[in-house]
Amino acid sequence: MAPLVPYPSRALVPERDAGKKPILETYNLGIDFGGLTAVDDLSIIIGRTEIAGLIGPNGAGKTTVFNLLTGVYQPTRGSIMLDGISTAGKKPYQLSKMGIARTFQNIRLFKDLTVEDNVKIGLHNSMTYNAFSAITRLPNYWKQEKAAHQKALDLLSIFNMQDMADAQAGSLPYGAQRRLEIVRALASSPKLLLLDEPAAGMNPSETADLMETIGRIRDNFQIGIFLIEHDMNLVMGICESICVLNYGKIIAKGSPDDIKANPDVIEAYLGKEG
Amino acid sequence: MSRLNQKRIPTPLRYLINGGLFVLFLLVGQILIGNGIISAYYSKIIVKIGIYIILAVSLNVATGYLGQLPLGHAGFMAVGAYASAIFMTRTGLTSQLGFAGGILIGGVVAAIFGIIIGIPALRLKGDYLAIITLGFGEIIRVILTNIDSLLGFELTYGAAGLKQIPKTTNFLNTFILVGITCFVIHAIMKSRHGRAIYSIRENEIAAESTGINTTYYKTLGFVLSAFFAGVAGALYGGYLGLLKPDNFKFMTSIEILVMVVLGGMGSMMGSVISATVLTALPELLRVFSDWRMIAYSLLLIIVMIFKPSGLMGQYDFSLSRCIEKLLPTNRKKLRKGGQE
Repeated sequence: MAPLVPYPSRALVPERDAGKKPILETYNLGIDFGGLTAVDDLSIIIGRTEIAGLIGPNGAGKTTVFNLLTGVYQPTRGSIMLDGISTAGKKPYQLSKMGIARTFQNIRLFKDLTVEDNVKIGLHNSMTYNAFSAITRLPNYWKQEKAAHQKALDLLSIFNMQDMADAQAGSLPYGAQRRLEIVRALASSPKLLLLDEPAAGMNPSETADLMETIGRIRDNFQIGIFLIEHDMNLVMGICESICVLNYGKIIAKGSPDDIKANPDVIEAYLGKEG
Repeated sequence: MSRLNQKRIPTPLRYLINGGLFVLFLLVGQILIGNGIISAYYSKIIVKIGIYIILAVSLNVATGYLGQLPLGHAGFMAVGAYASAIFMTRTGLTSQLGFAGGILIGGVVAAIFGIIIGIPALRLKGDYLAIITLGFGEIIRVILTNIDSLLGFELTYGAAGLKQIPKTTNFLNTFILVGITCFVIHAIMKSRHGRAIYSIRENEIAAESTGINTTYYKTLGFVLSAFFAGVAGALYGGYLGLLKPDNFKFMTSIEILVMVVLGGMGSMMGSVISATVLTALPELLRVFSDWRMIAYSLLLIIVMIFKPSGLMGQYDFSLSRCIEKLLPTNRKKLRKGGQE
């Protein structure tokens, strides 16, 4: 695992990403729901090919952070820069085009559609033919649909799911549905992939497979990955840097070893001694 | 799995089979009507069935594919009917070519109303969308009744109705338009635009974060639905020869919705079948005039109890797929025969 180095004085990124523009930067990000401050003063940097983790007790605001990053919520304070461009006022679908993709804590697949169609919906913006070509079945329709079919099968083969292409997404077993969500997210060719509890409900051997695959995705696609997870084996095993969130605020940042030894983190998870 | 082993019919052949069958049915129908084997009474029922098929299939785009519940379909039908009828009576183009222009105008004007109504209405969901579209449908009807006194000249002839519309709707043009409607909707739904529309029905939040501009595609689905309602309206005008705002009451919208729900939301085949049955049934039961509405409602209740997702559910029929399924078994049989 690459050692972390300070990225211009504010945050830590893996050594190999140090010279490059970070994929995600947030400055003093915060959101209030009425009188409740859900997230406050969140400043993080994620390197171009970094696998970063976001952990914290239940209700700490982790999913809210994801919703802020993907444009589901607009932040009350602070700013987000995706690949150097501000995402202020952008809608989720615009952010998807800018290169951010996500999975959901409670699976949100297009259940009544086939596995292949789920992936093809992720490929939507990589196709360019208009409605007229679709109705008149012009050559560019056939060409792009054929390419999309092949691309969808290629993406499914990451998880060895190409045989399930014709199955209904909702009929897949739980683990396969989680994997399909990741494939769909990858189909929109993101620069940063957000995974919200990818290992939830998986057994240890499935989790080990998933860890290996997340690493492989990063290596093959050269993208940044930011994940929320409660499974400490997974977080400590693959994340190069970890952010710990409690009551909407970052209480610790650093490498897995730093986090394991941090007294604030231990207190947030286990309570104070004595 | 199955698909990799399955023999596929090449695409041009699929189009040839479907297109050939379409032309065959068209010719057979035309000849039977031309010879008087199908009487004028029955041919009128067939035309009416065709009009309701277009209405049900087009409403199915908004309810079945897009997953919304608009209750103003009769409003779009009315707009299309009046636009086409006014165009034809004012310009005096009463030929089939003029009628084609009228149908196109009817569809386009209905689509424009679809955009105007869709953009604000589609910000709402479920019951609220149902109520607001119901309101718009009624507004259109009220405007058609009263607009003449506002304009100061006779345009829609109010409650008395627009008369002497050339009766240009016949089996031939209805059948062709049913074919075009089904093909265009099928072609759109089997493209990236169609998948975007499906994704909104399935999960709007996931769709938007996957890169689908949900506002745009909701409006597209709604406008597509309105366009073909307008086309059906134009045919309806040429079928009756007389248009009254009362033809497009709220109950007409409900009638079309019942067809879609009964056939199965999201199944084009279902819409076609139930539009056919529900249009033909009241005519065929005319003998039992006192009982036919009871039979009609009983049918609805029975289907909803035993098949709540509609007759066909979300299943859609594909002729080529059926033929494909027959192919490998045939070959196996042949091979077996050879070995013996």
